[in-house]
Amino acid sequence: MHGYHLTIVLAPLAAAIVAGLFGKKIGRAGAHWITIFAVGLSFVLSALVLKYLYWDGGHAENYSVYTWAVVDGLRMEVGFLIDRLTALMMVVVTFVSLMVHIYTVGYMHDDSGYQRFFSYISLFTFSMLMLVMSNNFLQLFFGWEAVGLVSYLLIGFWFKRESAIFANLKAFLVNRVGDFGFILGIAGIVMFAESLDYATVFASGPAIAAQNIEVISGVPWNAMTLICILLFIGAMGKSAQAPLHVWLPDSMEGPTPISALIHAATMVTAGIFMVARMSPLFELSETALAVVVVIGAITAFFMGLLGIVQNDIKRVIAYSTLSQLGYMTVALGVSAYGAAIFHLMTHAFFKALLFLAAGSVIIALHHEQDIRKMGGLRKYMPITYWTALIGSLALIGFPGSAGFFSKDALIEAVRESHWHGQGAVYWIAYLSVMLGVFVTALYTFRLFFLVFHGKERMDEKMRSHVHESPWVVTGPLILLAIPSAVIGWFTIAPVVFGNFFGTSIAVTERHDVLAQLGREFHGSWEFILHAFQQSPVVYLAAAGAVTAWYFYLKRPDLPDVISKKLSGLYTLLVHKYYFDDLYINGFAAGGRAAGKFLWQKGDELLIDGIIVNGTANTIGRLAGILRQLQTGYLYDYAFAMIIGLTLLLGWMLWF
Amino acid sequence: MNLTDLLPAAPEMTLLGLICVVLLADLFVEDEKRVITFWLTIAALFITGTSLVLTAQETRTVLFDGSYVSDPLSHVLKLTAVGVVAIGFMYARDYLHQNKLFKGEYYVLGLFGLLGTMVMISANSMLTMYLGLETLSLSLFALVAFDRNSATAAESAMKFFVLGAIASGALLYGISWIYGITGSLQFHEISEAIRTNPEINAVPLWFGLAFVIVGIGFKFGAVPFHMWLPDVYQGARSPVTLYIATAPKLAALALTLRILVDGFSGLHEVWQGMIMVLAVLSLVIGNVVAIAQTNIKRMLGYSAIGHVGFILLAVFCGTGQGYAAALFYTLTYVVMAAGSFGMVILLSRQGFEAELLSDFKGLNARSPWFAFMMLFFMFGLAGVPPWVGFFAKLNVISAVLDAGFPGLAVLMVLAAVVGAFYYIRVVWLMYFESAEERAILQAKVDTRFILSLNGLAVLAIGLMPGWLLSLCMRVLG
Repeated sequence: MHGYHLTIVLAPLAAAIVAGLFGKKIGRAGAHWITIFAVGLSFVLSALVLKYLYWDGGHAENYSVYTWAVVDGLRMEVGFLIDRLTALMMVVVTFVSLMVHIYTVGYMHDDSGYQRFFSYISLFTFSMLMLVMSNNFLQLFFGWEAVGLVSYLLIGFWFKRESAIFANLKAFLVNRVGDFGFILGIAGIVMFAESLDYATVFASGPAIAAQNIEVISGVPWNAMTLICILLFIGAMGKSAQAPLHVWLPDSMEGPTPISALIHAATMVTAGIFMVARMSPLFELSETALAVVVVIGAITAFFMGLLGIVQNDIKRVIAYSTLSQLGYMTVALGVSAYGAAIFHLMTHAFFKALLFLAAGSVIIALHHEQDIRKMGGLRKYMPITYWTALIGSLALIGFPGSAGFFSKDALIEAVRESHWHGQGAVYWIAYLSVMLGVFVTALYTFRLFFLVFHGKERMDEKMRSHVHESPWVVTGPLILLAIPSAVIGWFTIAPVVFGNFFGTSIAVTERHDVLAQLGREFHGSWEFILHAFQQSPVVYLAAAGAVTAWYFYLKRPDLPDVISKKLSGLYTLLVHKYYFDDLYINGFAAGGRAAGKFLWQKGDELLIDGIIVNGTANTIGRLAGILRQLQTGYLYDYAFAMIIGLTLLLGWMLWF
Repeated sequence: MNLTDLLPAAPEMTLLGLICVVLLADLFVEDEKRVITFWLTIAALFITGTSLVLTAQETRTVLFDGSYVSDPLSHVLKLTAVGVVAIGFMYARDYLHQNKLFKGEYYVLGLFGLLGTMVMISANSMLTMYLGLETLSLSLFALVAFDRNSATAAESAMKFFVLGAIASGALLYGISWIYGITGSLQFHEISEAIRTNPEINAVPLWFGLAFVIVGIGFKFGAVPFHMWLPDVYQGARSPVTLYIATAPKLAALALTLRILVDGFSGLHEVWQGMIMVLAVLSLVIGNVVAIAQTNIKRMLGYSAIGHVGFILLAVFCGTGQGYAAALFYTLTYVVMAAGSFGMVILLSRQGFEAELLSDFKGLNARSPWFAFMMLFFMFGLAGVPPWVGFFAKLNVISAVLDAGFPGLAVLMVLAAVVGAFYYIRVVWLMYFESAEERAILQAKVDTRFILSLNGLAVLAIGLMPGWLLSLCMRVLG
């Protein structure tokens, strides 16, 4: 199996190098064939690894491949921990990546950066696999930064666009904040556990949890709480949780396949994966878990609201992604790691599907992204329409779809999580996820109706050109629509309520809400019936969808009226709660002002002006004076020698 | 005495004989065929070098009643001297030809100077040392004045001669005091006298030593006995400057090591202070004043004074490590100095003396390869790793630190930083300024080859300094 593991990781890397460095030589077709082949190979092998671990009853493996350095007993290694959690992630990552690779052939067909694009997405696949397959914190951090780098490169892929450069810089800076917390968390782990290896660190978890640390002297904090919160700050950056969410909507400046792969299905879920992977640590700090719940709940509900007022097709889906990531985070916070990963998986499929469908619409309309200029596309693009419908239904949790199972399980888990107490944390979490269901259905079907139904609002010239996308685009849509529709039905039993994850996820007895739910779980069919009978979730979703229908198809004049009536709320939403204004005018401008001060006063005046140039000028002047000593007259020269002799004799006698 | 006993002195004798051959042959060579003299000279150098290699031995042999010594140190220094003189002659050939200075005197005087250098290197008594010194000095005076039509050359030769006479006088005066007190001219007998008779360690002997150090300071061009050096570097024709900048530095090192180490190691505490004064003044004044120069020969002259500061500080330590560092520094310095003056010569053409720093502007656009080689020399002299100058400086600094003088080490680092400025300025001129001159540099294949070899050696020794360092440690450690 070790050979499989290495091939899975290295094939995309090799392809990325070939496509990136020799792109001109191998041509456009060469670039897409080699990367698609490499990622396809990774996918097949990942599937085999999953089969081996689940169906063949294979054992999880944890081994080191290469020791990079040993510093003061701290081993820095490249190693793999391949258990069912990892294997599931590998399959999801490589499958979505493969779909996106194929889709890109059609989407980027006319782009001059074709080979570069394929090189980047293959490189991304490599980085993401390194992240999920790691067995130590150093490699995790490497993968973490590497996916961040590729994300940066791809958001700014069209680097001649001002807005793309702004967006990638923003993503970069915001992620710096998160990564700063993340690396501090890793530093805390090294400090207390003196190891980077997962297994060693997890084993010393209880010992760490028993210690306190005084970052501010006199205020003892529990070491594990501090470490977990710091790690979670990293997850907040990468998984775009409020208040570090601001980069994700802007990241839509990147090409659509990237939005699907990186900013919906895989990279942004790295934070979720990381927390699940670190479950043995998080389980030891209920304070940290409470923080996770609150942050996730706020993100889930409030980011969903923003989706209602957006008019850019990709940004609506981006806010939806934020909201869904919030859902997953809430699940992590209530120790329902299985539900979180399950939602991560189904979300990867249906959100990638929605993004790719949006991309299909965008190509058809020649890069028009404003949904107010769409409408009635159903009859022109039947495949896109039906696949988008499946994706939308999965997103809102239509009974039976993949999203239904994952979201319903997740909400049930939140409802059962009484161990957080009946106080504010519980109610914030529960209300957010419940109301979020209505909001999700509202913005999803607003988007769906505005794009595919109703009046055709594009201009005449555009309408005459609209047609269904080529098979390289629709193929991946169909392939993604299948799991979006059915995968929940088959997998909920083992993944959420069964023992799929085994020891890869640790949950303490008291927190184990999924086990409690599992006792009442009697198959997928029962689960659907149960939802209809005892939970408002399905009805809330239906209400959301009906509201969308009423406002955007039946009475399209109403939204304007309402937005005028509630102009205060509307302005708040349009301005995205003023986060951007605060960050750009507050932190960024403040940072620039401080930088300008240090540059002009500190660097130019003090260091360059006085210290560096001052010294240089002094020496220069000294040189000018000293050269005057060289008069050119022989008697002066001879006199200097006599002075020198006197100096030597004087020195000798003096000492 | 058996004739074979004289074998260790064979290189000097061979060279003397060959000089006579060159001198005689040159008389009968017509002006158009002067190249014969050149090739005869090169052949003479080759034969001398071969004889040096053949007579090289690990042991120490003393000849001529203790006046002459042949030891590994002398072989290393002599072989280097022969090598750099040969390289210098190669570089000078085209220049002399174009400036109608292609005469036998240059070569004969150069060979006599080399003979003086070799005699100094092998000197084992004050008398031999003085003999070699005068042979070298007189050749140099004549060489500086060799372009008879140049007023500046005549002026600088005059200054050189008068000041050199004063320095020789001081040296002789010091020697006479030492002879009077110790009763010997041989270094080992002087050393023995100091060791066995504690009474001798007294002011009169120190007094004599101070005068001898004036001679050393003058030969090296250490401040305040350096005044001749910038004027002579600038005033002499470039091939002569190259000559003065290379072989005599090896002679000066030999002078220093033979007298101070072989003869006066017992008075280490006494001369240490004096050498330090010279070294510190040289470091500061040499490096600082070099900044203000616009003439590259003069700039290299002042920088040479700065390098002498390094060499003297290495000697100052009084440890085997320090002496080895001084030897390493001197050997590598002459190689880099030969290369940089070779570039100055190369840039000069008929009727045009490339002397100004501005002449190097935009050299990269004219001749990228030569500009690259000049970059090697400048980085080497500045002490940028991995060029060899870095290790030379590093060795000296670590020797000084090990001897327990951190303040001096800091001063050396600061001096090196100041020095880096004017060397890197040349690089900046070559690469970032546009050329006033567009002509591509013309050079014969052999010049190109030797210059490239010289430049690459500066890098190669820097990349693999181990063997040279262990060699230096072996001959002096």
